[in-house]
Amino acid sequence: MSRVVVLIAVLLSLPLLGLFIPFFTEGTGEAAQELSRQGTLQHLWQHVLGEYVTSTLLLLIGVGFGVFVLGVGNAWLVANYQFPGKKLFEWALILPLAIPTYVMAYLFVDILQFSGPIQTALRNVLGLGQLWFFPDPRSLGGAMWAFSFCLFPYVYLIARTSFLDRSARLSEAAETLGYSGFQAFYRLVLPMSRPAIFAGMALALMEVMADYGAVAYFGVETFATGIFRAWLSFSDRLAAVQLSLGLLVFVLLIFYIEQTNRARMRYVSSGVVQRVAPPRLLRGKKAFWAFAACGSTLACAFLLPVAALLKLLWEQGLSLDARYLDWLQNSFGLSAITALISVACALILAYGARLTKSVTMHWVNRLLGLGYALPGAVLAVGILSVLGLFQMAWIMSATVSVLIYAYLIRFLSSSLQSVEAGLSRITPSMDGSAALLGATPWQTMRAIHFPLLKRSVLTAGLFVFVDVMKELPATLLLRPFNFDTLAVATYQLAADERLSELALPSLTIVLAGLIPVILLSRAMSKANRY
Amino acid sequence: MSFLALRAFTDHSLMNKQRVFNTVFKTLAGGLLSIASVGGALAQSGKPAQELNIYSARHYQTDELLYSGFTKATGIKINRIEASDNALIERLKSEGAKSPADVILLVDAARLWRAEKDGMFQPFQSASIDARIPQNLRATAEGGNTWVGYSTRARVIVYNKARVKPEDVDTYEKLADPVNKGKVCTRSGSHPYMLSLVGAMIDRSGEVATEAWAKGMVTNQARAPRGGDTDQIKAVAAGECGVALTNSYYFVRMMRSTKPEDQALMAKVGFLWPNQATSGTHINIAGGGIAKNAPHPEAAKKFLEYLATDDAQVYFADGNNEWPAVASVQIENPGLKQLGSFKVEDVPVAAMGRNQIAAQKILDRARFK
Repeated sequence: MSRVVVLIAVLLSLPLLGLFIPFFTEGTGEAAQELSRQGTLQHLWQHVLGEYVTSTLLLLIGVGFGVFVLGVGNAWLVANYQFPGKKLFEWALILPLAIPTYVMAYLFVDILQFSGPIQTALRNVLGLGQLWFFPDPRSLGGAMWAFSFCLFPYVYLIARTSFLDRSARLSEAAETLGYSGFQAFYRLVLPMSRPAIFAGMALALMEVMADYGAVAYFGVETFATGIFRAWLSFSDRLAAVQLSLGLLVFVLLIFYIEQTNRARMRYVSSGVVQRVAPPRLLRGKKAFWAFAACGSTLACAFLLPVAALLKLLWEQGLSLDARYLDWLQNSFGLSAITALISVACALILAYGARLTKSVTMHWVNRLLGLGYALPGAVLAVGILSVLGLFQMAWIMSATVSVLIYAYLIRFLSSSLQSVEAGLSRITPSMDGSAALLGATPWQTMRAIHFPLLKRSVLTAGLFVFVDVMKELPATLLLRPFNFDTLAVATYQLAADERLSELALPSLTIVLAGLIPVILLSRAMSKANRY
Repeated sequence: MSFLALRAFTDHSLMNKQRVFNTVFKTLAGGLLSIASVGGALAQSGKPAQELNIYSARHYQTDELLYSGFTKATGIKINRIEASDNALIERLKSEGAKSPADVILLVDAARLWRAEKDGMFQPFQSASIDARIPQNLRATAEGGNTWVGYSTRARVIVYNKARVKPEDVDTYEKLADPVNKGKVCTRSGSHPYMLSLVGAMIDRSGEVATEAWAKGMVTNQARAPRGGDTDQIKAVAAGECGVALTNSYYFVRMMRSTKPEDQALMAKVGFLWPNQATSGTHINIAGGGIAKNAPHPEAAKKFLEYLATDDAQVYFADGNNEWPAVASVQIENPGLKQLGSFKVEDVPVAAMGRNQIAAQKILDRARFK
């Protein structure tokens, strides 16, 4: 078992290690000397890097706050209370995941900008030349809004699973001690769900750090901008890699801080019988506010963007490109295969850490998950470097295996975080009891853990599926001949500034993402609750 | 079989005759079929269909017609990967000597120059290309052409007719003048189209003057650079900006749009060719060459020569509202016809590539986002 774990860990870490290759191969030729005279890093540091770092930190804080409020708030309402529309919101709030961030960015800006429909209408109605009070969507604030609405499902889903698993005895004990609903939430449930909430937030924030296209569209310059500046404008691959490694160190630091902070707390509820408390019925004004909260989240994050896409489609007219079926097939196939393999790897790695109880293993898992914070293009460069070293790069043109490999590394974090969050809620005493009764680790896994983990595993599969459907930069770089996906088609239309034409492929991505979302959320609600 | 036939002939009943006929028929049919299948197999095991691998940074729908036209004319099947220029170059660098790329098509002169510098192209001789494509749109080395430009686009000025007088904005340099304070909008300076423009400016006026221009532009910005070229046109029409820079084909695309909102928009936007009285309007090219380690160099050369033919030029250029490189090709583009002819900037395309890094540094120092 441990050999398998090591093998997987090594295979998946190759591209990250591959990032170090330019350090050794850039060599001493004329081109390299020219590069060192160029002084890319000094120039960037002197003029722009400080601002990039500040913008990135501000964006992370803003989006972190946004996804926390949206994700935890909605998860709390849906997990604990009964109110009109709850059955719909339960699964519908996952839907925003299906909208790619770059599509959300285009729509958000397009609708709300100066020359967009809303501002133009307001200007006509109010008779003003300029709307001084209307915030410009192309700004840091606009980016925070758009990203929060796009990415909160990560927190929502993982937090909801965590809240649903809480024991009835806990809340009953809290009631007898005089806590109100809110106090019980704030003082008991929230701290206990901390690993889950952190896992979800980590996913959202890493995706923000990795993003380049959508962020650039908002006119916000982040650290990723610096990486691409070095790479594209200065053709200095080495500098780009150095900056990327800096980014990864930062992410590792955050994980380390969170880890040391929670080391002293235990997150499993003790007690054998885990009876779930039934959701409390809300009436009157409270029911209305709950409905309004979930409803407005759903509207802003999903209904309005989809409506905008439909409107674009309507104006554009339905002209089906002959290649749509190909794109759909390719996207779906890649997503399904990657989701399966990714969940399998995540399970193996998470179990490896749990069974061996080794700190090294735990940190290896953290390292492997770093791929999520890397811009997809940078990760692809790492893979290209490794392949180039072994003269194997020609494989890319022939098969999709390199592409799947890239997806696995890029999105391992999604599945790992979800599976680990689920595993962390299973008490070690269960393992102990099973061992006492003579069960092997494998039997324990099969009979006890898997039913408990079902929801986390399904969540993990869902995240990876949707992520692969939306993935763009690595796909552009690594795909074989004559192989386009929906995301690639959307990007090419957007890059061409044919925004009305991207309505159909975007909608297809959203719809194609809807199917697994709906299937999996139904499976999740049927899964046993303990 | 002959025994049966003999027996049949000696038997006079009708049924036997029919049986004989059936047997003979079946045998003959079987024999013919086997001969046919063997013959067919032999035919298939003959010359395999030729292939051509194209790495293209262009991705317009009309390119499909381009490729199918070539396949129909020559029977060579085309495999393509379309990605952004930088993605393609990175991939080519990693693939190294075993790269399956035959033809590389890129957009923007600076990128073509950089790819040439990185040794991505192999030189080739072609009389037809030398005859049809002007010298200033090709790059040559020992052994022939390294890359060839197939279409051109211009970077033009659009302005809000109500807010701005055309004589205040008729050169790139005037955009930095104090009279235009708070009126100028552009896309991000780090976009290749802007970097090439600035690179050409460095070639004409030198770095010091260009940096002063960049600082003037920043002072005059109505808002921080955001969005693409079409967004600039829309912003000008809405009155958010007085004047903006855009590539010609985005403008022509909007001009040719039949949607009433677009037409209302374009009615408010004025257009002019920059620098007509001075250095000429900045142009850029899309083009390509044969990859260094091409597995099918002959087919690649055929394709590049095909791109210079009249039909292909029409698809290549007209598909994106650009001008064909071959001067004699007439395209039926009402939008481009309406814009008319203009004086072209006399800067070698190599200069745009050479100066790209200096251009980015100048823009960074001037805080031109």
